[in-house]
Amino acid sequence: MSNELEFLSRRVAAGKLNRRDFLGRAAALGVSAAFANSLLSSAAQAQTPVKGGLLKAGLQGGESSNVLDPALNLSQVTFNFGKCWGELLVEMSPDGTTLENRIAEEIGGSSDAKTWTMKIRKGIEFHNGKTVTAEDVKATLERHGDPNSKSASLGILAGIETMKIDGDAVVVTLKEANADFPYLMADYHLVIQPNGGKDNPNEGISAGPYKVAVNEPGIRMGGEKFANYWQGDRFGHAAQVEIIVINDATARTSALQGGQVHMINRVEPKIVELIKRVPGVTIQNVAGRGFYPFNMFCDTAPFDNADLRMALKLAMDREELLQKILFGYGSVGNDFPINSAYPLFADDIEQRKFDPEAAAAAYKKSGHSGSILLRTSDVAFPGAVDAAQLYQQSCAKAGITIEIKREPGDGYWSEVWNKQPFSLSYWGGRPTQDQMYSTAYLSSADWNDTRWKNPDFDKMVITARAELDEAKRKAMYRDMAVMMRDQGGLIVPFFNQYIDATGKGVQGWKSNPAAEMCNGHALLMCWLEA
Amino acid sequence: MSPIVKLIAQRVALGVGLLLAVSVLIFAGTQILPGDVAQSILGQAATPQALANLRAELGLDQPAYVRYFAWLGGILTGDLGTALTTRQEIATTLPPRLWNTLFLAFWAAIVAVPISIVLGLLAVRYRNGPIDKAISGFALASTSLPEFFIGYLLILFLAVKVQWFPSISTVYDGMPFLAKLHAIVLPALVLVLVVLAHMMRMTRAAILNVMQSAYVETAELKGVGQFDIIRKHAFPNAIAPIINVVMLNLAFLVVGVVVVEVIFVYPGMGQYLVDHVAKRDVPVVQAVGLIFAAVYIGLNIVADVAGILTNPRLRHPK
Repeated sequence: MSNELEFLSRRVAAGKLNRRDFLGRAAALGVSAAFANSLLSSAAQAQTPVKGGLLKAGLQGGESSNVLDPALNLSQVTFNFGKCWGELLVEMSPDGTTLENRIAEEIGGSSDAKTWTMKIRKGIEFHNGKTVTAEDVKATLERHGDPNSKSASLGILAGIETMKIDGDAVVVTLKEANADFPYLMADYHLVIQPNGGKDNPNEGISAGPYKVAVNEPGIRMGGEKFANYWQGDRFGHAAQVEIIVINDATARTSALQGGQVHMINRVEPKIVELIKRVPGVTIQNVAGRGFYPFNMFCDTAPFDNADLRMALKLAMDREELLQKILFGYGSVGNDFPINSAYPLFADDIEQRKFDPEAAAAAYKKSGHSGSILLRTSDVAFPGAVDAAQLYQQSCAKAGITIEIKREPGDGYWSEVWNKQPFSLSYWGGRPTQDQMYSTAYLSSADWNDTRWKNPDFDKMVITARAELDEAKRKAMYRDMAVMMRDQGGLIVPFFNQYIDATGKGVQGWKSNPAAEMCNGHALLMCWLEA
Repeated sequence: MSPIVKLIAQRVALGVGLLLAVSVLIFAGTQILPGDVAQSILGQAATPQALANLRAELGLDQPAYVRYFAWLGGILTGDLGTALTTRQEIATTLPPRLWNTLFLAFWAAIVAVPISIVLGLLAVRYRNGPIDKAISGFALASTSLPEFFIGYLLILFLAVKVQWFPSISTVYDGMPFLAKLHAIVLPALVLVLVVLAHMMRMTRAAILNVMQSAYVETAELKGVGQFDIIRKHAFPNAIAPIINVVMLNLAFLVVGVVVVEVIFVYPGMGQYLVDHVAKRDVPVVQAVGLIFAAVYIGLNIVADVAGILTNPRLRHPK
């Protein structure tokens, strides 16, 4: 009972449960109102960060081949560790849809959304004692945006035409208007480094709350509090942080249960219910933007047939897949790549449902016969092989024969994904709708993994990108979504959730739909109860 | 030159030749891995431009034989090359991992080898009785269970329930020796349970084989005690096959512990190898492959030579 009360009072403090409900639950547990009230105030006090201590995370997604260079930063461990030592221009706030300024004090755009002025905050210090200047910011963007760079941000910076320094500001001129430019600067690779990291990108120096103290790739990463961090009252409560690489899911949960780490990422949906029962462990789940698509090439037979594509969409039982693959920890997709975790999402688009009769009719109309080859692999997403089999069964109900080919995980991303006409994949989502559409659904996009080449759609993407009026933009995005849903080559069974867990005494957690572990800020914003 | 020295020199020379042949195999094997280094390093989100840049930088455009001889030349001069993914010298990143693997293997062997030989002797002494059956039953059961299952069982009971030992065995430089030992208790225990049965059964079989001999019967008839027969007459004559199986298991402890490393998050060579295979980091895979091959061949030479040294007939050939 005390565990439950403690849990409930923490929920109130975290804003997830209101006071009235809490008192009701407490009464149901047989606790007097006075005692319940006193519990509440102690929980609220506990929300004042406790400084010091060693905060440890056990994370999936680290290899011995990891490097500190933020440009090459792709897996979870480097992502989370990058947030510990790196500082960006802007960050996504915990609501996941608005921006918070960091090194940029202000970002202002011209009325045509082509010229953006980023004013650099004064008095921020790098770990090596130098002051962060506009030159460092410009050099960082230059390094990542260089056509010869290996940076994962190369694509989003390709739209920059010129950059110049104007006093304490960097002025960026774009080739084409982009109202989302500030969001691009929240990309986690764009860690501001002294002279942009041009001298030594791997030295791990930026202006984040922790200095790199331990860098043992694939084993552990550790940070020591940076005394001169510019907003030390908000972030970086623990004196030291440590990330231990634990790629095995069972090892991760047992390390959390055994108290060897304070937080873990990637709790498997199938064990969430079991982990919830462990005293002191709290599941932290939040709906994200990641989704697990079935991709059809719209320009390759037989998927160049719109009726066949529609038949394959109607033959998917999304509810069943959501329950059996994600155990309900997600939300059903609607055959376009956007969900409510995005800004400017239109929530009035009709949900596509499993309809074997309509699917059979569309299949008949398409004139296709014979089996359809679907490629899947364990690495596409957890449960991808099972998902393909469930889909095969639901298609059979509509009279469509699916043949499944299980591909080896090695080389899946280079040989199958974006190469074969019908395969399973994943997308992590992007900060804005424009970025998601531009990355994968423009005719010219490198990663157009559904070969969706529609000039009208391209035009809509470009127009919406330049539109500064939010209401108009929202309407445009709605039209694009409907078009993609009804004509595109994308079947979306579900959007996933980020499921993390915290152990005993961990406070200050604020989930963020942008990414796992509070968008990588868990080690910075959490603290250990005294 | 004494025949023994000559024999050892011969074996070592053979081993070196074998290692050279293995190096060709390893090199050829790494060339036919599917996929592409650049794509694996940059991941799913790589642009064609970035891929082309990386490929050119890594020199993947030269023909394979040129790269083989360059690689071999480097190894002979002590240069293992540079990891493609991290751009770090393999000769500096690999030794700590190798050291960790040897540390774990050493402690597992220190426990497992004496226990399994003693158990084997006991099983022979009380052969076909309840003690023999109990020892064999336990050993066979522990070896039949997959490593990950034993690992998870130990974690559940010893790390999560009673919390005597940590479930993750991360060790690092500067960690006190006793803390290191404490950290590796569970993985070492799993390895002991895995290799125990093989060594124990082979010891038992080898000694039992000798027990059929006429001279053992003679010893029995002249009234020597059971333990003395085993200790003085049977064991010395069974030592060659026992050394063989011990060496085989030592080699397994060094090269075959990837699963245990993953479960207990132990920073050894296995995990290091798997990470780099996944990234197609060929120089690292080749270096690790060669080290594993050297360990295998080296331990086999030791077993071979020890077998000869313990056998007077082989020691003094006519």
